[in-house]
Amino acid sequence: MTIAARTVRSPAFRRQRWLLTAVLGAYFVYTFIPLLYVIVAATKTNADLFGTFGLWFAEDFAFWENLRGLFTYQDGAFSGWLLNTFLYAAVSGLGAAFFATCAGYALAKFRFRGRALCFALVLGAVMIPQTALSVPLFLMLSKIGLVNTPAAVILPSLVFPPGVFLMCVYIEDAVSNELIEAGRVDGAGELHIFGKIAFRLLMPGFATVLILAFVSTWNNYFLPLVMLSSSEYFPITVGLSQWYASATSGSGGAVLFTIVMAGALVSVLPVIAAFLFMQRWWQGGLASGGVKA
Amino acid sequence: MPTIRASPSSELGAGGGAATAATARLAVRPHRRIVVGRRLAPYVFLAPFLLLFAGFLVAPLLYAFQMSLFRETLVGGARFVGIDNYVRAIHDRNFWDGIGRLFQFGFMQIPVMLGLALVFALILDSGMALARGFFRVAFFIPYAVPGVIAALLWGYLYGPAFGPFSQLSVAMGLGQIDFLAGGGLLPSLANIAVWEYTGYNMIIYYAALQSIPRDLEEASAIDGATALQHAIRIKLPLILPTITVTIIFSIIGTLQLFTEPYLMRNLAPSQINSHYTPNYYAYTEAFTSQQYNYSAAISFALGAVVAVASYGFMLLANRRGRR
Repeated sequence: MTIAARTVRSPAFRRQRWLLTAVLGAYFVYTFIPLLYVIVAATKTNADLFGTFGLWFAEDFAFWENLRGLFTYQDGAFSGWLLNTFLYAAVSGLGAAFFATCAGYALAKFRFRGRALCFALVLGAVMIPQTALSVPLFLMLSKIGLVNTPAAVILPSLVFPPGVFLMCVYIEDAVSNELIEAGRVDGAGELHIFGKIAFRLLMPGFATVLILAFVSTWNNYFLPLVMLSSSEYFPITVGLSQWYASATSGSGGAVLFTIVMAGALVSVLPVIAAFLFMQRWWQGGLASGGVKA
Repeated sequence: MPTIRASPSSELGAGGGAATAATARLAVRPHRRIVVGRRLAPYVFLAPFLLLFAGFLVAPLLYAFQMSLFRETLVGGARFVGIDNYVRAIHDRNFWDGIGRLFQFGFMQIPVMLGLALVFALILDSGMALARGFFRVAFFIPYAVPGVIAALLWGYLYGPAFGPFSQLSVAMGLGQIDFLAGGGLLPSLANIAVWEYTGYNMIIYYAALQSIPRDLEEASAIDGATALQHAIRIKLPLILPTITVTIIFSIIGTLQLFTEPYLMRNLAPSQINSHYTPNYYAYTEAFTSQQYNYSAAISFALGAVVAVASYGFMLLANRRGRR
C-alpha cells in the first residue's frame, strides 16, 4: 500500500491533491502564454497586433491573409525554406538514426578491441554542444569549398552521438543474445542477422532516435546561420529570424510582424506533432537511458 | 531449399560429395551476398559512424585548433604565432565580460529551472495530482519549439508598447514595462531558457523517479512518513546522480548562450553588443571582422572554461557526496 493509496479518501489528501494540481496548473498557464500568443497573433492584422490586447483574438480574423502573406512575401521565399528545412531534417534524421543504430548495435552486442575507447568517444562527444562545433566546422568546410551548400548543413548533422548512446542502451535489452546466437548457428552472416532479425526488434528505438535527430536538425539555428549565406538554402529558423531582424530594426519592415508570427506557427506545428507522436514509445521507459537528446 | 539460401558458408564445409556442393552453388548464386564474420562485424557496423565522426567532429576541431595558432598578416599570409592568440584572449576584457555575464545568467537560471523541474517531477511521481499525463506532455512542449522561435515569441511578449504584460500594466494604470531595459535584460533572457528547458529536465527527473522501486514507498508508509517526507528523505538522495548530470549539462548549455541575445539585439541595442556572450564574440570575430584565427582561439578558450566549470562542479559534487 503506497502513501497516495493509503490516504486517498481523507479530506487532507483531497486538499493536497487540489493544491498540487493548482501548482501544476499555474505553471501550465506560464507554459501556455507564448503558445497562445503565437496562435492569437497569427490571426491578427498588423494594426490589431499593436492595437488590441495581445492574448486575445481581435474582431478581424486575418489568419488567411497572414498565411498568404507568409507564402508570397519575397516571391514565396518561405515555401522554399519550409522545403529546405524538411529536406535537411529528413535526410540527416534518417542518416543519423541509421548510423547511430549500426554503431549502437556494435557497441551493445559485440566485445571487441577498441570498444571502451569508442564508448568514451561517444560519451565525450555528447558533451560537446553543436554551437561550439559550428565555427570550427565552418572554418574547415570553407577550406574545402563546401560552405553555402545544403551538404554543409546535412553532413555534420549526420553525426548524432546521443543517438548512438540511446541505441546502445536500447539494443542491450531489446535484442536478445540468444536470438543473435540462433542466427549464427543457422549460419547467417552478421549483416543478415542485423538487417533481417535485429532491426525489426529495435524499430521503436530507431524511430525515437529518428525523431530526435529530425527535430534537432529542424530546430537547428547556429549551424545553418554560420554555413549558409544565400537565402535559397536557408531553413525556416534562419529565414524567419532574418525577417524578424528587419521587422525590429525599424527600417520599414513593420508589416512583417504578423507574417513572422504566422511563420512561427507553421514551423512549430510539425515538431510538436512529432514529439506527441513519440510519446507513445516513452511509456516504455526508453527515456530513462537518454540523458541528453 | 531455404536452409541453404540462408547459410551459404556452412554447407561448403558440410557438403561431402561434389554433387551436393554443385547444387548448393547453383542455389546460392542468385542470392550471393557479402558475409561478414563475427570478428569483423563490429568494425563494419561502427565504420560509417566513426568516419563521419572523424570527418565532421574531430577534423574540424583539429583544424580550428591549428588555425588558432596562426595569425593573418597583410604581408606574407598566415604566420605561426604559437599561443599568442590565447594570451590575447586571456587579456581580452570583451571575452571575460561575456564569461562573467554567463555566470550571472547561470546562477539565476539554472537553480530556478532545475528547482521547478524537480518539484514538478516529484508531484507527478507522487501520483497525487490530477491530470498528470496532460501536464507531463504540456510542460514538455516548449522543448519542441525551436530556440529561435521561442526567443522571437518572448521578444514579442516583452514589447513595452504592444506586449500583453505591458498592456495589462498600462490598463491597471501602472505604466509601460520595459523588460529588456537595464538590469531587466539578463533575467528576461534567463526566463526564456527556463520556459524552454524546464519541461525537458522534468522528464529526465521523472524517468529517474519512476525507476525507484515502489516497495520503498510501502516501507515509508508503514513507518508513518508523509509523501513529502518520503520525497525529500528517500527519493531525492536516490536521484542525486541524475541531478548532478542535469546540472553539468545546464552549465555547458549556459556557457554556449547565443541564440536568445542574438535575436534580441535590435530590441536592446544599447546593451547587447558584439561580445555579449563568448559565442557571440566568436561569431562576430569570424563573420563581421574576418578574424578567423582569433575567433578559433576564443572558441577553444571558451571550451576550456566549459571544461573547467563542469569538471569543477563534478569535483564539488563528489566531495559533498562522500561527506
